[in-house]
Amino acid sequence: MERAAIFQDKVDREIRIEPTDWMPEDYRKTLIRQISQHAHSEIVGMLPEANWITRAPSLRRKAALLAKVQDEAGHGLYLYSAAETLGVSRDQLYDQLHTGKAKYSSIFNYPTLTWADIGAIGWLVDGAAIMNQVPLCRASYGPYARAMVRICKEESFHQRQGFEIMLALCRGTEAQKRLAQDALNRWWWPTLMMFGPRDDDSPHSAQSMRWKIKRFSNDELRQKFVDITAEQAAYLGLTIPDEEFAQDPETGHYTTGPIDWEEFKAVLRGDGPCNRQRLQARVKAWEDGAWVREAAEAHARKVAERREPAAVAV
Amino acid sequence: MSNEWPLWEVFIRSRQGLDHKHVGSLHAADAAMAMENARDVYTRRGEGVSIWVVESRHIHASDPGDADSLFDPASDKIYRHPTFYQLPPEVKNI
Repeated sequence: MERAAIFQDKVDREIRIEPTDWMPEDYRKTLIRQISQHAHSEIVGMLPEANWITRAPSLRRKAALLAKVQDEAGHGLYLYSAAETLGVSRDQLYDQLHTGKAKYSSIFNYPTLTWADIGAIGWLVDGAAIMNQVPLCRASYGPYARAMVRICKEESFHQRQGFEIMLALCRGTEAQKRLAQDALNRWWWPTLMMFGPRDDDSPHSAQSMRWKIKRFSNDELRQKFVDITAEQAAYLGLTIPDEEFAQDPETGHYTTGPIDWEEFKAVLRGDGPCNRQRLQARVKAWEDGAWVREAAEAHARKVAERREPAAVAV
Repeated sequence: MSNEWPLWEVFIRSRQGLDHKHVGSLHAADAAMAMENARDVYTRRGEGVSIWVVESRHIHASDPGDADSLFDPASDKIYRHPTFYQLPPEVKNI
C-alpha cells in the first residue's frame, strides 16, 4: 500500500513516472494498451493516405504527402518504443495487430475515395488527433509524454497541409468545391467518433484521469474540436453535414446532432468499410518484408564474424 | 524481427558545441543500420549534426528507488552555490 500511495502522490504532483519506477500492474497494462493502440493507429493510418501518393495533383503535393506519411511511420516508432519500456516486445505488439487482437483508431477504417479526402484527413483527422495529443504531452508516464512532445511538433504541419488542400479546392472550380464538400460530408462524423464514446459511456475514463494518462474527457475534447473546426469550415465556405448543427448564441459553443454510435461500434468490431483491407495490407507488408529482416540479421552476423578473428590476433 | 533486433538508444547533437541529447530508441540489426535508422527517424527536420547510437544494454542507470540516499550527500552542501556567499554590492565583477 505504501508504494501505491507514493506512486499516486507523484502522479498528483505532476512528477513523471519513469520505466524503472514502481507502478500498479493495471497502470502498466492500461498504458501498454493505450500506447500500442496509438502506435498501431499511426502505422495503419499511413495506408489511406499513401493510397494517393502516386496520384497527387502536383509535385509539391506529392512531396508534402510523402513527408506526412513518413512522419506517421516515425510517430508509430516513437510510440512502439515508449510501449516497450513497459515490458512488452515489439514482436508481441505486431502480433497483436496482425492477429486482430489489438485495436487502432476507428477513423483509419474508412476509404480515401478522392484527392479531397487527403485534404479532409489532414484538416479533420489530424486536427482531432492534435486535440487529443497536446494534453498528453503532460501524461504521467515519462516516455509517453516525451513521445507526444515530438509527435505534436511534427503534427502541426500535417493539419496545415490538409487545410491548404481544402483551401485550394474551395477557391477552385465548382467541381473542386463539390469535391471538398463531399469529402467533408464523409469524414465529419467519423472524425467526431475519433474522440471515443460519450463520457457517460466511458467507464474507464475516471481511472485514466486519476492516473493522468487522460487529461480531458472525450466530450470536452470533442466540443473543443467542433467549436474550432466550425469556424474553419465557415471560412472555407463549406457546410457541416448536420441538419441540427447550430451555434448557441449565449455560450458560443456549437451543438451537433446525434452521433450514430452503432456505426462506431460496427467499425470497432471489424465491420467498417476497410477493416479487412487494412489488416491484410499490414500482414502482407510484414510477410513480404521477412526476407529483408532476415538479410539484415545475416549481414550483421557476417560482419561481426569477420571482425572476431582480427580481435583474437591482437 | 523474428530474432528481435537489439535495442539502441539514440543521442543527437543539434549544433556544434552543444552536447548530445537522448532523443529516443529504435531496434536495428547492427550499428550501421541503427545509425541510418536514427538519421531517418530522428533527424527529418535537420535536428542534428551528429548522432550517437548505443546499445541499450550498455547503459547503466541509477535505481530511482535509491535516489534519496544516492543524492543525499549534496542536499545539505549549499556552500557549493555562489549565492551562499554574501559580498558587498559595491564590489564589482565577482
